[in-house]
Amino acid sequence: MDLFEYQARDLFAKHGVPVLAGEVIDTPEAAREATERLGGKSVVKAQVKVGGRGKAGGVKLAANPDEAVARATDILGMDIKGHTVHKVMIAELSPEIEAEYYVSYLLDRTNRTFLAMASVQGGMDIEEVAEKTPEALAKVPVNAVDGVDIEKAREIVALAKFPADVAEGVAEALVTLWKTFVAEDALLVEVNPLVKTKDGRILALDGKVSLDENADFRQPDHEALEDKAAANPLEAAAKAKNLNYVKLEGEVGIIGNGAGLVMSTLDVVAYAGENHGGVKPANFLDIGGGASAEVMANGLEIILGDPDVKSVFVNVFGGITACDEVANGIVQALELLASKGEEVTKPLVVRLDGNNAELGRKILSDANHPLVQRVDTMDGAADKAAELAAAK
Amino acid sequence: MAIFLTKDSKVIVQGMTGATGMKHTKLMLGDGTNIVGGVNPRKAGTTVDFDGTEVPVFGSVAEAMKETGANVSVLFVPPAFAKAAVVEAIDAEIPLAVVITEGIAVHDSAAFWAYAQAKGNKTRIIGPNCPGLITPGQSNAGIIPGDITKPGRIGLVSKSGTLTYQMMYELRDIGFSSAVGIGGDPVIGTTHIDALAAFEADPDTDLIVMIGEIGGDAEERAADFIKANVTKPVVGYVAGFTAPEGKTMGHAGAIVSGSSGTAQAKKEALEAAGVKVGKTPTETAKLARAILAG
Repeated sequence: MDLFEYQARDLFAKHGVPVLAGEVIDTPEAAREATERLGGKSVVKAQVKVGGRGKAGGVKLAANPDEAVARATDILGMDIKGHTVHKVMIAELSPEIEAEYYVSYLLDRTNRTFLAMASVQGGMDIEEVAEKTPEALAKVPVNAVDGVDIEKAREIVALAKFPADVAEGVAEALVTLWKTFVAEDALLVEVNPLVKTKDGRILALDGKVSLDENADFRQPDHEALEDKAAANPLEAAAKAKNLNYVKLEGEVGIIGNGAGLVMSTLDVVAYAGENHGGVKPANFLDIGGGASAEVMANGLEIILGDPDVKSVFVNVFGGITACDEVANGIVQALELLASKGEEVTKPLVVRLDGNNAELGRKILSDANHPLVQRVDTMDGAADKAAELAAAK
Repeated sequence: MAIFLTKDSKVIVQGMTGATGMKHTKLMLGDGTNIVGGVNPRKAGTTVDFDGTEVPVFGSVAEAMKETGANVSVLFVPPAFAKAAVVEAIDAEIPLAVVITEGIAVHDSAAFWAYAQAKGNKTRIIGPNCPGLITPGQSNAGIIPGDITKPGRIGLVSKSGTLTYQMMYELRDIGFSSAVGIGGDPVIGTTHIDALAAFEADPDTDLIVMIGEIGGDAEERAADFIKANVTKPVVGYVAGFTAPEGKTMGHAGAIVSGSSGTAQAKKEALEAAGVKVGKTPTETAKLARAILAG
């Protein structure tokens, strides 16, 4: 889960990373009091989860509370690269900046370790720095067990060639940033820019944090950081039912078991769609192993509730789960939806293979539901589902 | 001979007495796995009956190893306790730990991986978030259904559980030497490369099927490894061509970020290494068949 800047700022502050004061607001009028609290001047910063907001006019200075209201009025509702601004941060004006740096921690999948990255060329797109002047970006492996203490932080600072007068301050910031990374179960913490001010302070002026949702069990505060308003309504409904669902742009609804098989199903449907007017998969939905009738019903309800969906492809390989249970699940799910008064009009193509496939296929044949068709190969079923979606 | 797991493997189950552990211990026993014990400190000294097979419960991995000579542990421990359980297995220096658990926090898996390295890498870790591995006709350590296929001469390594099953099913008449599910998390123990190296060295494997998916660069690195080190034919499949950027596709590790981790890049890298890559699982199986038919 990617956080907004103000949320990252709050987490930095909580763990001792030096930041400026700031608060988030969602109405222009609130900018006045927030600016007054900061002594009459502020920076109004759009809160969007996309880079380049400064260039897009999403960051403005306000010399007094009235100006802050005017700037907040301009920025709230603005569209930045397809993201609508619903919140702005009213931040303390930075003391004059002398230098801009970059620091981050992230997971290095290739080496199965964490990585510290640091550069004295901060303030701009770090991918550009990495590409154009790779020697200016220090990449230092951090062992997950040892972590970053002040000694390790000094090593990173030395490798990134920070000037002597800021070395210790940056090292201290790196230690607190590591604390944030570990304590919050983050996948990424990035400060860009980390600045040196004329009065000699080191400050994190902007930051990015991405959190690991697998750690939610020990991070009870993280739920409140979710941007529920921005979530796709179908994705939100699926999440509420503990379904692993991703909305895509397409017409063929997909239900399957196992992340890999579902990903593969999306591909196979897209290939089949090339022969049927270019129809595409409408979603990713993994109902997991041991899909009960209830889970199947929940899944079907979400898929059928998607107005983009013209046909549905249920692709199940019975591993531990037996196909007869899955077939019963589909039949019961359709009955359940009917009993709730939800009329099902979209055709379903079902492919069952593996454990007890024959039994499962028989159950579907016996139920003889007018909307359900059985096709017994994955490629064949994908073709049928695409054809039905194209015909609608 | 197979890789990593044979009929001589003595298997213990960490988390055996939980619901999932019970269910799968029973299935593994049914597949002929030599399960010599379970681990649960609160139930040490008791036994669990699986349809007439009495399996003793030990207080620790070390104790189970001492008493039974166990050399494989399969872990069904819930995510919150998984790190401690893997660390315990590493401390006991068990040669193979198969971590089935899904949903382990990355800071935990990175920590136990770093710990295993610091301890001299004496424990091979498979997973986490994987279906485990099976050597058909000999032993099953994990949740791969034992009845899909029979012993044979294909080796399989896969990031995905259900695609493992699908591929075993497609090629069920030919059979498999071993099938290894390495898991779809960002940090995993055993990689495609480890399994490829083991299959290359295994006299009972004639052909290797490798299944990858979006995210990371494991497939690209596997392609480099194949080019330099693998003489046996390799057939590949990559899932996730239609996955959009920035969306996690079920597995925590299955995400395309920017231009990195795309299925297309992985396919191209594999093909450049001489691997025949199928467009669908069925087509991939056909490619394998054609090669084996000569």
